[in-house]
Amino acid sequence: MPRRSHHGEDTHLPNFIEMSGISKHFGGVTALADVDLTIAAGEVHCLAGENGSGKSTLIKIISGVQPPDAGGEIVIDGTRQTHLTPSESTRLGIQVIYQDLALFPDLTVAENIGFAQHLSGLHGARWAKLRETAQAVIARLGVQLDPAARLGDLSIAQRQLVAICRALAADARLVIMDEPTASLTRTEVDTLLGITRELKRRGIAVVFVSHRLDEVLEIAERVTVLRDGRKLGTWDAQEMTPARLGTLMTGHEFDYKIAVPDLAAAPVVLSVSNLSRTGDFEDVSLEIRAGEILGLIGLLGSGRTELALSLFGMRPAESGEIRLNGKPVLLRSNRAAIDEGIAYVSEDRLSLGLVLEQPIASNIILSTLDRLTGAGGLLSRERTGASVGHWIEQLGIKVSDPENAVRTLSGGNQQRVVIAKWLATNPRVLILDSPTVGVDINAKDGIYAIVKSLAAAGMAVLMISDEIPEVLYHSHRILVMQSGRLKAEYHPMQITESALREAIDA
Amino acid sequence: MPEFLKRGLHSHEGKLLLVVLALIVFLSVATPSFFTLQNLVDLLTSYAFSGMLAAGLLVVLISGGIDISFTASASVAQYVAMTVANAYHIGWLGVIGICGGVGIACGLLNALLIGTLGLSSIIVTIATLNVFFGLLMFATHGNEIFSLPDWFVNGASWVVYTDKNETPYAFNLQMLGLISAFVLTAIILTRTNIGRQIYALGSNKDAAQRVGIKVFRINLLVYGYMGFVAGMASLIQAQDAQSVSPNALVGRELDVLAAVVLGGASLTGGVGTVSGTILGVMLLACLENGLLLLGVPSYWSQCFTGAVILIAVSALAIERQRHRAAARRVMA
Repeated sequence: MPRRSHHGEDTHLPNFIEMSGISKHFGGVTALADVDLTIAAGEVHCLAGENGSGKSTLIKIISGVQPPDAGGEIVIDGTRQTHLTPSESTRLGIQVIYQDLALFPDLTVAENIGFAQHLSGLHGARWAKLRETAQAVIARLGVQLDPAARLGDLSIAQRQLVAICRALAADARLVIMDEPTASLTRTEVDTLLGITRELKRRGIAVVFVSHRLDEVLEIAERVTVLRDGRKLGTWDAQEMTPARLGTLMTGHEFDYKIAVPDLAAAPVVLSVSNLSRTGDFEDVSLEIRAGEILGLIGLLGSGRTELALSLFGMRPAESGEIRLNGKPVLLRSNRAAIDEGIAYVSEDRLSLGLVLEQPIASNIILSTLDRLTGAGGLLSRERTGASVGHWIEQLGIKVSDPENAVRTLSGGNQQRVVIAKWLATNPRVLILDSPTVGVDINAKDGIYAIVKSLAAAGMAVLMISDEIPEVLYHSHRILVMQSGRLKAEYHPMQITESALREAIDA
Repeated sequence: MPEFLKRGLHSHEGKLLLVVLALIVFLSVATPSFFTLQNLVDLLTSYAFSGMLAAGLLVVLISGGIDISFTASASVAQYVAMTVANAYHIGWLGVIGICGGVGIACGLLNALLIGTLGLSSIIVTIATLNVFFGLLMFATHGNEIFSLPDWFVNGASWVVYTDKNETPYAFNLQMLGLISAFVLTAIILTRTNIGRQIYALGSNKDAAQRVGIKVFRINLLVYGYMGFVAGMASLIQAQDAQSVSPNALVGRELDVLAAVVLGGASLTGGVGTVSGTILGVMLLACLENGLLLLGVPSYWSQCFTGAVILIAVSALAIERQRHRAAARRVMA
C-alpha cells in the first residue's frame, strides 16, 4: 500500500504531531488530564515522569492503542486524526519501541526488521527482499548486525538496534523509545545516542520516555514532564539538570539524609567468599553485619539477581562458601535457605512474589504454613488469623478486609504484603531485589522506612537495585556489580550520584 | 570438517539424524527382515497416517498452540466420507472433498473457540476431541463399515520396481499422501509470508499483535490446516485398512505429539522444522517396527518407546538450557 504523503501539499509544517486537551479516564481513575504535547519533525524530545504519571497512557494514545476521551485533539502532519488505530498510526510513520522490544527471538534479524511490510495477502517469504531491506537499513544506521543471525542469539543492546532498524524500515517519522537505556552499559548508551543523532539528521523525530533521563538530556532539545496524569510543562533541555528534573517528576524535594550507623562492633551475619556460578557470576565475596543495609547495584544482566537467587538456594553456587553467623551452610534449595533464616523478596512481585487472585491473608501466611498448624496438623484458624493481623499492623498495610484478593491493593501495599510474607519466616537475612519497582514515590518512602526499622532491629539486609538513589540514600554500604563480578565498594557519604553512575556504566 | 557440516551436526536435527542412522544400522544387523525393500514399503504405508498428522500438528505447535482433537476429526471425516461413498457415486474427488471439508470444519471450530473465548488450546481441543468422538459413537453405535466401494478398495498404485522373484514394489496412495503433507507443510512454513507469521506468532504473541499480525486469522488457518491434513490422513488410512471403524484412530494423538516434540518442536511455540518432524516420526516408526521384528513383547515395546521419548526430550531440554546459558554469557 502506498503511503499517503502530506508534505507535498503543505509547504511548511514545523510540527509533526500536535496534541491538545488529551484526557483519559479508566473508570474513576484519571490517567491523563488535559495534556498538550507538540513534537517537531526531527526533534529529540524527552518525556519524563514517575511510574503512574501517565507516560505510558500518552504513548498508547499516540500509537492508537487506546483512544483519548472525547474533547482531545490530535493533529499529525497537519491532518486532524479522529480515529487513530494502531495500523493508522503506523501508516502515519509513528513507531514505538517498547521496553520489551516486541521482537521475535526465533526469527532472523532480517525478518525482524522487514517483516511488517510483508504481512498482507499470501505470497512467498521474500527472503531476498527481506535481506536487502535489512542490509540497507543497517547500512544507513552504520551499525554492525548480521541479517542472517537468529535474534535470540543477540545481546540486549543488539536487539535494541534491531528494533530501531525495524522502525526505520517502516518509514518512521517519529520513533518513541520506552525506557531505552534501562539495560544498557554506558558504551551502549553512547551508541544509541549516536544513532539518535543520525535519525535526527534524517528528519526523524525521537521521543525518549524514561524516569532516568540524565543520559539523554545531552542530545535532547526539549523535555516534557508529567506528574499524576498532568503536564507540568515543557522546558528547553539546555536549562534542565537531572536534579531539577527529579524534583519536578516527584513533586517534592526528597531530602534523604544519609545516616550510617557505626556497625564495627556488630556481628557478621552473612559472609560469602569466592562464590561462583558459571555464566552468572564469578568470585563474589561480601559480608553483611547485623543491622546493616548493604546496597548492591548493577545493570540488568550484571548478575545481581542471579547472585540473590544463589544466596536463596534457588540456583546453587558451584564453588565458594556461604557462612551464616560464622557457620558454613550449604544452600542447595530455597527450602534450605528459608530454614537457615534467609528471605528473598523477588524483583518480579507480580509473577513471582504474590498469588494475585488469592486473599491478602493467604499470601501473608504462605511462607509459614507449616508453623501455623494446630490439632491434627491442620491449619489453625486462630494462629493464622493472629499472624495476619500482626503483620498487617506491623507494616501498616492498608486493607479493608484481609480476605480481599491481593490484586485489589496498590503497588506499595502489595510490596508490603510480600515483605510481610517473608518477615513471617523470622529471617536473619533479608534480600530485597528491586524493592520499589512499580511503587509510587510516596509509597517508596514507606518501604524504605520499613527496611530501615528492620535493620535497626538487627536484621542484615541486602538491597539489590538498578536505581542509584535507592542504594545511595538507603543503604549503609554500596557494592557495584558488573559482568558477574563485584567491581567496587563505596561508602554512601563519599560518593555522588553521578560518580556512582559512572562506576556502574564504566 | 566443512562449516555447514559442523553446524548441521550441532543442530537438533543433525543429532537426531545420527541417532536414527545408528538405530537403522543396529536394527539392520540385529534382524535380517528390517533392512529390506518390503519392510520399507510397509513402514511408509503404515506410518503415513501418523506422519501426515505430525506435519499438521507441527504447524499448530509452531504457532504456539496445541491440538489434541485431530484423531477424532479424522474419524468423523472418514466415517462421513465412506458412508456417503457407499450411498452415492461420488468418486475420488468427492471423498477428498468430504474428508477435507469435515476436517477443516472441525479445525475451524477449534480456532473459533480458542480465538473468541480466549480459552487455552489444550483445554478446547481435549473437549472437542470428546465431543467429536462422542457424537460419532452415538451416531454410529460404534458400528464399523466393512464394505467400501470397489474403486476405493482398489485404490491406486504405481509399480516402480519388480525384483528377481517377480515381487512388485509399488508407490501407493499412502506414500503420496505422506510426501505431499511434508512438502506442503515445508513450503507453507519456510516459503510463504503466512508461514513466517506462524513462527512469529509462536515466538512472541504480544509482539506479533503489535506488528499487525492478525492473530485470529492465523489461528483459523493453522487449525484449519491441521483439520484438513487430518481429513486427508483419515482417507489414506481408510484405504489402507480397507474398512472404517469409528474408534480405530482416537488414542493415537499422543504418539503423534511425541513424534513432533522429539523432532525438536517446542510446546511453547516458535520452534520446529519439517526435517526434524520427519526424523521424529522415523525414530518412533523404526523403534516400534524394529522391536516388533526382534520379537519383543508389545507391552515391553511400549515401555521402551516411552523411555526413548523421555530420554530424547530430556536431552533436548538440557541442550536448550545450555544454549540459554551461553546467550546469557554473551549479554554479560
